[in-house]
Amino acid sequence: MTTATTSVSGPAANAAGENMRFYGVWLVGVIVLVVLPLVFSSGGSLTSFSLIGIAIVFALSYNILLGQTGLLSFGHAVHYGLGGFMACHMMNAVVSHGWPIPLPFIPLFGGLGGLAFAILVSWLMTKRAGTVFAMISLGIGELVASSSLILRSVFGGEAGITTDRTALPRMFGWTFGPQIQVYYLIAFWLVVSAIAMYALTRTPLGRISNAVRDNPERVQFIGYDPHVVRYLAYCFAGFFAGIAGGLAAISFEIANSAYLGAIQSGLVLFATFIGGTAYFFGPILGAILVTYLQLGLTSVTSVWQLYFGIIFIGIVMFSPGGIAGLLMMHRPLLRAGTLWTVIPSYLVAIVPTVALGCGVVLMIETIARYSGGEASAINLFGIAFNPRSPATWIAAAVLVAGGFVIARLTWRRIGEAWDRAATIARDRGYLA
Amino acid sequence: MTAAIEVRAVEKRFGNVSIIRDLNLSIAQGERHAIIGPNGAGKSTTFNLISGHIKPTSGEVRLNGDVISGLRPFEINRRGLSRSFQVTNVFARMTVWENVRCAVLWATGHRYAFWKNVDHLPEVREQTARILEDIHLTHRRDVPAGLLTYAEQRELEIGVTIAGGATVVMLDEPTAGMSHAETERAVSLIRRLTEGRTLVIVEHDMSVVFGLADRISVLVYGHIIASGTPEEIRRDPKVKEAYLGEEAH
Repeated sequence: MTTATTSVSGPAANAAGENMRFYGVWLVGVIVLVVLPLVFSSGGSLTSFSLIGIAIVFALSYNILLGQTGLLSFGHAVHYGLGGFMACHMMNAVVSHGWPIPLPFIPLFGGLGGLAFAILVSWLMTKRAGTVFAMISLGIGELVASSSLILRSVFGGEAGITTDRTALPRMFGWTFGPQIQVYYLIAFWLVVSAIAMYALTRTPLGRISNAVRDNPERVQFIGYDPHVVRYLAYCFAGFFAGIAGGLAAISFEIANSAYLGAIQSGLVLFATFIGGTAYFFGPILGAILVTYLQLGLTSVTSVWQLYFGIIFIGIVMFSPGGIAGLLMMHRPLLRAGTLWTVIPSYLVAIVPTVALGCGVVLMIETIARYSGGEASAINLFGIAFNPRSPATWIAAAVLVAGGFVIARLTWRRIGEAWDRAATIARDRGYLA
Repeated sequence: MTAAIEVRAVEKRFGNVSIIRDLNLSIAQGERHAIIGPNGAGKSTTFNLISGHIKPTSGEVRLNGDVISGLRPFEINRRGLSRSFQVTNVFARMTVWENVRCAVLWATGHRYAFWKNVDHLPEVREQTARILEDIHLTHRRDVPAGLLTYAEQRELEIGVTIAGGATVVMLDEPTAGMSHAETERAVSLIRRLTEGRTLVIVEHDMSVVFGLADRISVLVYGHIIASGTPEEIRRDPKVKEAYLGEEAH
């Protein structure tokens, strides 16, 4: 009996400290969201933050499928897009019928739109996981995307459905005309959705979803039907994707077929995977990075998709756990106090790795601009390179070849330092 | 009293090949029943047929008098039959604690609930803690199941199997690949944890079988050739022949 009480009180005391840290992280997140537009108040950055917020909700919803339940969907944007259309139609209906529904409630209808379609299609989709599910999701995605161009009355054809967010009944006197008000609306729904999706992972359904991801066969022998688990998880994912779509509809005041398409489905998969599916915060990092890159890269290079591809391949090959996995790898070392032995090898590796990266960028840009007939200079860290000059080609070749040779040596040093640190951490019991 | 498990004239064919033919087996409530037989005799197939993993081509299986053949594994499990696997089959990326807890959730009535915090369910926590104590893995509770040692994984496998409180427990070679000391430990574990339940076990280690079982059935080429107490089985000429025949190969 005594052992039972101590074994209960031990984790409980730990839990109090962990609880503090847990709520602290969420609180910091909320504060950052509130303060961010006060620090970066230009219209451009407000729009960027809004887009990032929407992308985070969307990526978190996708991770209910990919990370939590092990379902690889190629058509998640269907629910995002239908949520967007639902929100647009709802906004227009509110205005034309004079319903007393203010704008902040509209994303909820987007969510219901995404949920409704999930309820409808996913019972069949989730019968099987794996390749079968992936292929069906691809098919449904294409089906809905092409229907959206045919069913003009619902989807508005090529032009899409437009709306005016300022025409809705006001709340707290906010018109939601200025971007800052839209930003705070998105931030509010981001916090609500993120909390709800996190809470979902802590429920019996959330835990069993993980079990289905790990081993759907065994789940059947502890009383659960993996089909029902996948179905319910899919419905939640559809709901939150719909909220993200509703937010997008409010932000852009339009919903069109691009919302539903394969590109949008690909982007969310991309963001979620790069961020890391094994941790709840992974997709948040991924959504921030991918949206930021998308906004930043498109203005500096015409071949931005190529960089996306390279990053994706790099992550898949070298860090399948994504950015979150890469960060969390360091936690046992941090706890064991051996992280500092690895840092110097990182610092040493930075220089040649950056040189290699610059070489690759220079090479891609030279080829892209040369073959594209563009003569504009490549601006890299304030240095202008002429894509037609042999000196640029030589510099690119030297950076790539030299950078690679030296970087490999430094990477090997990281590996060795890492092994040493991990061995100590293992001895101290922080690493299994 | 109705038998815990009653297998009647079950046949399983894959194409033209009969893996199991005219299988008849009766296991009484509270009995510890071992199924033995040479490799490829269909022991695991028998397990799969009873637990719903595969469906019989013909014949029927009853659990506590109710027909369960044709039901799906989770429906059978909800009626109180639980099984383990020959190859460890747990949730590799989840911790030991979570593995056992998942196996407790359905039985405690929480099902697919998405409105309850799983950490705030006292009866779930208590039952999970108790099972972990029982399988001696409390000190490993936060380790992902995939990182356990082989013997620990086998113990977890047993823990997950019994966690839901099933009245009929089927263990498929629970001591396979274990050292002598580990086997002894596992046997005493099984003996203790299946107290008051019906146990069906497939096992190659004859010392385990004869030490644990109340009754033994011998399966050869998909057919039960003998069923009885350990003493009866030891003396049965058909069993001797089957095993000697195998050794003569």
